[in-house]
Amino acid sequence: MGNTSSDLVTMPQLLVRNVARYGDKAAYREKEFGIWQSWTWAEASDEIHQIARGFVALGLKEGDSVAIIGRNRPVLYWSMIAAQMCGATPVPLYQDAVAEEMAYVLDHCGARIVIAADQEQVDKTIEVQETVKGIEQVVYVDGRGLRKYDHSTMHSMDDLKAMGKPEHQAELDARASRQNGDTTCVILYTSGTTGRPKGVVLSNSNIIETSKNSSDFDHLRADDDVLAYLPMGWVGDFIFSIGQAMWTGFCVNCPESGDTLHTDLREIGPTYYFAPPRVFETQLTNVMIRMEDSGRFKKWLFDHYMAHAKKVGPAILDGESVSPGDRLKYRLGNLFVYGPLKNTLGFSRVRVGYTAGEAIGPEIFDFYRSLGINLKQLYGQTEASVYITQQPDGEVRGDTVGVPSPGVELKIADSGEVFYRSPGVFQEYFKNADSTASTKDPEGWVATGDAGFIEEGSGHLRIIDRAKDVGKMADGSLFAPKYVENKLKFFPNILEAVVFGNGRDRCTAFLNIDLTAVGNWAERNNIAYSSYQELAGHPQVMDTLQAHVEEVNASVAEDPMLAGCQVHRFVVLHKQLDADDGELTRTQKVRRKIIEEKFEDLITALYDGSGSVFTETEVTYEDGRKGKISATLEIRDAAVVAPMAVAAE
Amino acid sequence: MKDTVDSYVTADGRTIGGVMMEMRNITLRFGGVKAISDISFDIREGEIRAIIGPNGAGKSSMLNVISGFYHPQEGEVWFRGAKRPTMKPYQVAQQGIARTFQNIALFEGMTVLDNVMTGRLNKMKVGMFGQAIWKGAAEREEVENREAVERVIDFLEIQAIRKTPVGRLPYGLKKRVELARALAAEPKLLLLDEPMAGMNVEEKEDMSRFILDVNDEFGTTIALIEHDMGVVMDLSDRVVVMDYGRKIGDGTPDEVRNNQDVIDAYLGVSHD
Repeated sequence: MGNTSSDLVTMPQLLVRNVARYGDKAAYREKEFGIWQSWTWAEASDEIHQIARGFVALGLKEGDSVAIIGRNRPVLYWSMIAAQMCGATPVPLYQDAVAEEMAYVLDHCGARIVIAADQEQVDKTIEVQETVKGIEQVVYVDGRGLRKYDHSTMHSMDDLKAMGKPEHQAELDARASRQNGDTTCVILYTSGTTGRPKGVVLSNSNIIETSKNSSDFDHLRADDDVLAYLPMGWVGDFIFSIGQAMWTGFCVNCPESGDTLHTDLREIGPTYYFAPPRVFETQLTNVMIRMEDSGRFKKWLFDHYMAHAKKVGPAILDGESVSPGDRLKYRLGNLFVYGPLKNTLGFSRVRVGYTAGEAIGPEIFDFYRSLGINLKQLYGQTEASVYITQQPDGEVRGDTVGVPSPGVELKIADSGEVFYRSPGVFQEYFKNADSTASTKDPEGWVATGDAGFIEEGSGHLRIIDRAKDVGKMADGSLFAPKYVENKLKFFPNILEAVVFGNGRDRCTAFLNIDLTAVGNWAERNNIAYSSYQELAGHPQVMDTLQAHVEEVNASVAEDPMLAGCQVHRFVVLHKQLDADDGELTRTQKVRRKIIEEKFEDLITALYDGSGSVFTETEVTYEDGRKGKISATLEIRDAAVVAPMAVAAE
Repeated sequence: MKDTVDSYVTADGRTIGGVMMEMRNITLRFGGVKAISDISFDIREGEIRAIIGPNGAGKSSMLNVISGFYHPQEGEVWFRGAKRPTMKPYQVAQQGIARTFQNIALFEGMTVLDNVMTGRLNKMKVGMFGQAIWKGAAEREEVENREAVERVIDFLEIQAIRKTPVGRLPYGLKKRVELARALAAEPKLLLLDEPMAGMNVEEKEDMSRFILDVNDEFGTTIALIEHDMGVVMDLSDRVVVMDYGRKIGDGTPDEVRNNQDVIDAYLGVSHD
């Protein structure tokens, strides 16, 4: 592309290049007062310089930290680049963080200036200031409700810009000349499910090299559009909205507010789009519900063409050969169904779409791909500047996370844990040498904490589970409960699954029915039931679930490494696993230990061969009262597939 | 009350000005029924003034007198130093008084945007003929008014429902749209008839914040009727208490709270 990396090693340098090359092209848009306002690269650069001069006037020094907190807005992105221009480090925070979470990060990163988007964020900052004495100045963007606040150390963004004088420019230029690829670009705090959040230090070259590689990989261009709606404190948003945007010069579009997201998505029609699986899932559910409510003809049209799309859509997208008749029918489908549907969803122009973060259900994934939306999966971490693996066009599958991203090396340890080394590998955890040393070895290899393997033939990485959850069966083969549980949970009838087998000779499972899906099925088939418990134990429901388990077994058996994880026996629980009873975390993750202790009798029955078991369980009602429910549960055997048979085929 | 100083600054730093509106010995009768008997009170520039009282005390009637919908048989209404002649409601609106209603009165089939635009009707000068030709004056006017409306929409955070027909909105949001329409008129005095009625706690908190913000940001004087005592005591600078059409208390929330007549009216007295 004619970009020589040697003279483009810092963000301010990229800004200069973008102004020269794309000066009149839209760089940022934001919907305000019902209209999309836009700023060209030249205008954005001007704004950024004003903010940077204001920072200098406010006494921001090289090496200081500037915390940024608020929803995605151009002015906040500009503040980050302005901070970099001053030789300071931007630290974006999650806007929904409560004051005490903010306090830890603000204290740890030593922020002297906090950019707070509005009154809500200013209030939290003021609360934090009582304990964190390092915060000297607060700059706010939206002044609503702040007029009566003490303004001795608080400024509006406009005041900040006005503070900067032309003479501060010389200082900025001098500082710019002292920056290079090793200068810290950003510190991002990982949300940290366990323990304190850790500040991941990423350098200019981490971000710029990664942005360059990933932009080349997906052929991102200056005329692309992204919608910036993911939390600013998350590494993905930093890479998409700053790294790749600065590298390729594409336009970053900010929604009017969190609530208008869907409308704004439709209006912008991004060409490059990222969303976690949850978002795709919700959208699909909404579409399906609306189709159920539509007229008979529309419903028929939808079902008919969606069936066709499912058959040939992914193949057409991957450029495989499809018969002319099927192609013609797909075109018609596009005219009647797929096109209008994509338009409603805001995906008409999506050229490259990604999802990551957790496993996405195959039906959901296939639905979007069959519509002709190039949705792919990637696997990444904050410590890697996002990219570890990603799926190339034409090699997209639901069960892998793709091949190593350009410049990334992978290795799998004996324990099954995935390690990587890349230009994007983080410098260190800020002020936390111990954690840095335990995560990154002297040669630059970083532990992901996930267990996986590289598929023979395709070279794709497949992630099985968190490394700490992966165990060994009695015969020494791999035990990966979450891998099997995810497969089970992809069936709409199964809400939750818990697989046991660590250190045992075979695997067994607890299943929870999804009351909505199974209840709906019962209604359609005139099956009467009076309680959750009765429905869960209904013979026909058991038959259905047994079929699901056997289907999963067949699919698990395809992997020689994981064939031992097939579920031999299962029981359908008489109660829904619940966070109130301590069986799930508040974020709906299974707490294996507690479940193992609480349902010990059921586990014993699963392994001693009995056909049914009587059990009594304490439950907590929503008002806090406790009660007991008892039931006799049937235990079913499920057919397993001999791994050898598959291997021999 | 009239003998107090012209203006003062509240504890939270707002400036309350001189008397904006004064009700002098108002009496309102419907046939033989006396809805309001001989009530006098004033509303000062920039304050939040509450009118409270048990059911049937005459609160809404009082608000209707202020908005020019009812004409009292006795007494005078003074607005900004001049006695107000008998006026039609639209003339009162032109004076800069806007209101919301106890039972929402919006155009259900129209979008939120169109509903809020109707609040600007008083500001539009181009006639039907000019509107039909559209180019020129009518277009300019539309842009100007739309801008004002968009500011209100932004202020009340209803961007997401801008194009949604009002009929499809939940109750709490409809109340907010009503407030938006009243605000679009850029009123000097805003009358709110039970703005929190039927709302849940969260909606009440939102609405309270908007009322305070309107008063703070635009300096709008607000007179409100409300049942929820907690809300009234937190929001208002001064409170008028009515019971059976009479005024039984007037003063700051603290004064009113300790007034024996008010306590009796609300809690009841034993008649032995």
